[in-house]
Amino acid sequence: MRFLTDRKRAEGRGASHTGTQHHWYMQVSAFGLALIVPTFLVIFGRALGSGYENAFATMGHPVPAIVTGLVLLVGMQHFRRGAQILIEDYTRKSTRKVLIMSVIVLSYGLTATGLFALAKIAL
Amino acid sequence: MVELTLPKNSRITTGKTWPKPAGAGNVRKFQIYRWNPDDDGNPRLDTYFVDMDDCGPMILDALIKIKNEIDPTLTFRRSCREGICGSCAMNIDGVNTLACIYGMDEIKGDVKIYPLPHMPVVKDLIPDLTHFYAQHASIMPWLETKTNRPAKEWKQSIEDRKKLDGLYECVMCASCSTACPSYWWNSDRYLGPAALLHAYRWIIDSRDEATGERLDDLEDPFKLYRCHTIMNCTKTCPKGLNPARSIAMIKKMLVDRRL
Repeated sequence: MRFLTDRKRAEGRGASHTGTQHHWYMQVSAFGLALIVPTFLVIFGRALGSGYENAFATMGHPVPAIVTGLVLLVGMQHFRRGAQILIEDYTRKSTRKVLIMSVIVLSYGLTATGLFALAKIAL
Repeated sequence: MVELTLPKNSRITTGKTWPKPAGAGNVRKFQIYRWNPDDDGNPRLDTYFVDMDDCGPMILDALIKIKNEIDPTLTFRRSCREGICGSCAMNIDGVNTLACIYGMDEIKGDVKIYPLPHMPVVKDLIPDLTHFYAQHASIMPWLETKTNRPAKEWKQSIEDRKKLDGLYECVMCASCSTACPSYWWNSDRYLGPAALLHAYRWIIDSRDEATGERLDDLEDPFKLYRCHTIMNCTKTCPKGLNPARSIAMIKKMLVDRRL
């Protein structure tokens, strides 16, 4: 139990003067993903049923490889920031910090793994 | 903090069923949330029957009739009875609205009335709005100027005055904020749609000279950016206002001043 005035409770620790960059990034990346994800799905969908050799060859071409790389990079950064908002919404204190760190590790880990696999195929 | 189930002491039990009015043909059933802090018990849902041939058309008319003629212990706020004061905001038939301007003909079947959701209850249909009002005060809901006060008045063009339409009408009934899931989970830090609508009202006031400071005070992942454009605020506003648009405009102004 803390004896705080109503106003002090409402003010909290004031504004952190952040958030706009995050908001703008999410808008821009969402717009970008709206363009590249359908392209990626078409490329990936065509390659999916065409056998191992064909799929390997498709991903070896520059355009499919670049699109896939972009989906990985932009998508995982978008996921990281989106998941952070979700975690902030529903958790508190140490749980919040641990989960945010986990999401950061997961997103960079998936990006690195995906890019490595892509490089191995394409290069 | 997210609470997906009610705490044990907030779970609603079946309450008293009051007798039907004698000789009434056109009777409507009302189920109303009751809780008294002086009792040790859980909240309960009391059932009342109202003679609709002898009652006004609005929900508030029925509540006043119940209080006057059936159960004088029923407690609720009301004042203007015409949607101006915002006192009688409550959850009616699952919608946060003002009881005085919500017609009984808008509800099919039994009428269920609860206090505004996810707020501490003072008694029966009265929520504790202390924190809500403190948040409103924190956005400085007044004209801030630095220029010396003019001899007569702060002038405003007709076009600039028109920008305040759709904003100044807010009566601070708290229907929007208490309909917002983000406000339910994070009301300790998120200002909520009502306070943000008022913040925007002062930000775009052509006479106000603290626009930068106001935007600075709002730029925070929790104070402002907890709004996820769910739009419950706009859907429920009994005055037909659009708090979600105001929040979007503040976000736009913050982006614009960076780019």
